Amino acid sequence: MTYMHIGKDFTPPDVEGKVTGAARYAEDFKREGLVFARLLTSPLPSGRVVNIDASEALAMDGVLGIFTADDLPPSAPPANPALAKEFITYIGQPILAVAAESELIAENAIEKIRIDFERYPFVTDPLDSLVEGGPNAYPMGNSLVNDGPEAAAGTTASGTGVGEVKWTQDQVTAFRNGREPVGATFGEEWTVGDLEGEFAQCTTIVEEPFVTIGQPHHSLESRTGMAYWENGKCYFHGSLQSHTVGVPALAGMLGTDPGNIVFINENTGGGFGSKIFPYPIMAVTGRFAQKLNRPLQLRITREEEFYIGSARSGMQGWIKVGLKDGGKVGAVDLIVVNDAGSGGGGSGSASAEHISIMFQPSAMRYRGLALYTNTTPRGAQRGPGQNEMAAVLAPMMDKAANQAGLDRVAFRRTNAPRPDAKIGPRQGGISSSYMPEAIDKAAQMFNWEEKKNLPRRISENKVRGIGVGQGYHSAGASGYDGLIRIAPDGKIHLHTGVGNLGTYSYAAVVRAAAEVLQCNWDNCVVEHGHSDLHLPHSTYQGGSNTIFTETRSSHVAALEVVRKLKQIAAGEFGGVADDYSIADERVFLTADNSKGMSFGEAAQKAIELGGEYSGMEYPDNIAGTTQRSVQALQGTGLIGVAKDTLPKSGTTPGMAIAFVEIELDTDTGKFDILDYAGVAECGTVIHPKGLRQAMNGGGIWGFGMAAFERHVYDPQNGLPANVGLYQSKPPTYLDVPVHMNTAGIDMPDPQSPVGARGIGEPAQGCAVAALMSALTDALDGHLFNRTPVTADMIVNHIAQNGYNTGDLKTNTF
Amino acid sequence: MEHSQVNITRRRFIKGVIYSAAAAGSGTGWYLASAQSRPAGAVERLITINVNGRDRRVDVLPQETLAHTLRYKLGLTGTKLGCNRGECGACTVLINDVSQYACSLLTHTVKGRNVLTVEGLRAEDGTLHPVQAAFIEELSPACGFCTAGQVMSTVALLKQNPKPTREEARHALSGNLCRCGAYDHYLNGVMRASGQLS
Repeated sequence: MTYMHIGKDFTPPDVEGKVTGAARYAEDFKREGLVFARLLTSPLPSGRVVNIDASEALAMDGVLGIFTADDLPPSAPPANPALAKEFITYIGQPILAVAAESELIAENAIEKIRIDFERYPFVTDPLDSLVEGGPNAYPMGNSLVNDGPEAAAGTTASGTGVGEVKWTQDQVTAFRNGREPVGATFGEEWTVGDLEGEFAQCTTIVEEPFVTIGQPHHSLESRTGMAYWENGKCYFHGSLQSHTVGVPALAGMLGTDPGNIVFINENTGGGFGSKIFPYPIMAVTGRFAQKLNRPLQLRITREEEFYIGSARSGMQGWIKVGLKDGGKVGAVDLIVVNDAGSGGGGSGSASAEHISIMFQPSAMRYRGLALYTNTTPRGAQRGPGQNEMAAVLAPMMDKAANQAGLDRVAFRRTNAPRPDAKIGPRQGGISSSYMPEAIDKAAQMFNWEEKKNLPRRISENKVRGIGVGQGYHSAGASGYDGLIRIAPDGKIHLHTGVGNLGTYSYAAVVRAAAEVLQCNWDNCVVEHGHSDLHLPHSTYQGGSNTIFTETRSSHVAALEVVRKLKQIAAGEFGGVADDYSIADERVFLTADNSKGMSFGEAAQKAIELGGEYSGMEYPDNIAGTTQRSVQALQGTGLIGVAKDTLPKSGTTPGMAIAFVEIELDTDTGKFDILDYAGVAECGTVIHPKGLRQAMNGGGIWGFGMAAFERHVYDPQNGLPANVGLYQSKPPTYLDVPVHMNTAGIDMPDPQSPVGARGIGEPAQGCAVAALMSALTDALDGHLFNRTPVTADMIVNHIAQNGYNTGDLKTNTF
Repeated sequence: MEHSQVNITRRRFIKGVIYSAAAAGSGTGWYLASAQSRPAGAVERLITINVNGRDRRVDVLPQETLAHTLRYKLGLTGTKLGCNRGECGACTVLINDVSQYACSLLTHTVKGRNVLTVEGLRAEDGTLHPVQAAFIEELSPACGFCTAGQVMSTVALLKQNPKPTREEARHALSGNLCRCGAYDHYLNGVMRASGQLS
């Protein structure tokens, strides 16, 4: 299909501000009368606050007040509270804030506060808690209970309760040693098909333990916020991935109506899952400002961002995979124990989904358990569950393919999802799949057939590794609103509640509306990032969700605009709407294009007509957020507003495949990535440069997960060892390939009007899997079964020190 | 170069950095407050620094970093603070054409030297600097928080080496972290800005 805008590169309107420094982030805003808050954070990994004596601090000149958990609505574990009191569960957890006329005064005041703590036992490794007699992260238990009797009243959707699950010493020992913990208790379990029967038909069996360590998000912009209240409204400068979908949650945190929130967030300096929805500390910023009736800035330092900025959940697990003759995956049995940190959740079921869709096993069982530790809160991080599973699974599947005498790529193609693929415990369908075509395209880009036969030994101390890996994440929803306004001056205002998290999707999705309107992009204004610009209810920015979901809502709103344009023209020139066409920002009689009017003239006419044309009336089914925006725009032009009710069924999949070639130094354990090729199976490519950004950026995240990033805690004191960027080791220019070669399959998904799906998450999953696969290939098939695989592990392996999963130890070196 | 006559402990230095961070935020109000809570010996000095071709008179504490002076006293918020501890490079500026981390540089040390920030790159007629134009063309930024630092490191590189190889470029920019992982796109921008990519 030939498009005017879809599939074409464009310059998003915010790029210039980013290269000139004009783009403003939350910390760049000031306000007359601004005061400053600082946090007092917990020195303990586990305990409770017995008493706070702030009298000396409050008596200091310039100190304006203190804000504690008592100033917030009560919260129950496992909800992650904005400020802790009864349940301190990690070092660095905020306990109180002090506001003063300057940050220095606030900091000095913090030092004058005396707190009596009660110290509790703590734990940093889930399996240490799981064993009988082991310490629990919370006084009442160690495990996420999804059907607990008490709903969590906090600000994160982390679960509903805390229970206690224990395994016997024998079960934990078996699990640590890579065996199935027979008879163990799990929090979640599902089975599809005849597991035992399918295993009985398999001729190749691989059984392995694995461990993946979580890592902090370390968004480069910390979660600094500034808020002030005027006339009952809260003006909040914050940093979220999403925009309008977050406003009701923020309003709830601040105890006000969503209509009283003006959220300002034109640019977001990274989130990667940690800023999808409002996070707890925003409650402190907003409510403390209200309490003092002053504009208040709460600046979050890099160290504090490590503590409260969220992190990926780790896994400790066991898997058994069976292949039938010919390479079809017959059965998979999977156990995942997730490290939920403090108040987080597990993503084990999502890990199972990765296997389910990527290899389409005839039978599968998943058993999972999420255990709390006294480490930082865990939350969504780029493909939570799927991507860490992709990482450890790829070398195991390589092992299975090799044992069966199969080409690793052909094996994946044999099992790749087709359009009739099934996924997960309910074995639901998917909207489309071109994964076999993507595998073929990526293999060709990488030149797999030639490279797989290259000698692995390059020199005395250099070996080559070739790897392949796949990534998956669900990538789309429906039911959100689109909103467009044509002004009398002819400008086309494309309103979107999509947040600007750095992917340019906020602009790419509204080009689906420009496509319907067949208008000049230069005449469009993308309205985003500020509640006062009157934005519609849009989906959250996470989970590769935006492209599919919001091109649909943009499309339906644009159809409404076209309908109204034609009706207005028919009223002016006679006939019926179907007699009219649009082109060149005019609506005209198809049979005689001299009878028509410009979009601007039609907008003026819409104002005169009122009713639905100018937004005086609007559909009943649009969300409250959108209704308020339409009300604010009433009478200012031609309004097109609609809820996406287009047909949707099954899971919308985002998928990707990648190939990696490395050169590994056997003396140092260091490797260089010589070649990287990745192909996105994300339907139609709507923004080629944006797609490459997503694939390349995801690739870098994959390399970080595979080889560098992890939580490290001192198990004796519960102290984190990598609060800074330097210790956390996100990849730098020197850790990644000089060139990255990425593309999209560019074949349409039938459930999207422009054929597009998202790709942010799978872009990481395929890369981490491919690099893990290459590392195993370079080391004669050795499985580390662990992420990250660091240089010291490689050297130890080569020196035959025997290190692999390290008894499933986690959150450590 | 002026030297402080007092011994500054690490704790006092860190406090001073926070102290200076608050300055522009509250404007006059902050100065009134600071007079009452200033660390002993932390005497402000009115100095002149040249920023983006203009002499700027500014009150500076002995332990004040350039990043804070730029952001909170001169309003040049294009220079970002990603870590404030010399790890990320988001605050990179040029001092006499050499790239440096503004978070790790005391403002007093740049007296008499030329400070160039991302806001100073445009020509007087508003034309973008070639590096800025190239970064737009290659869609180099992702979230944009590190971009000013990437731009400034590239400007410094091209002053020293107008036609760097991609390998040379990645070494020159290796002090600039991009958490989004847009390295390939920044390197494309470097190649385009140096006329090696059409």
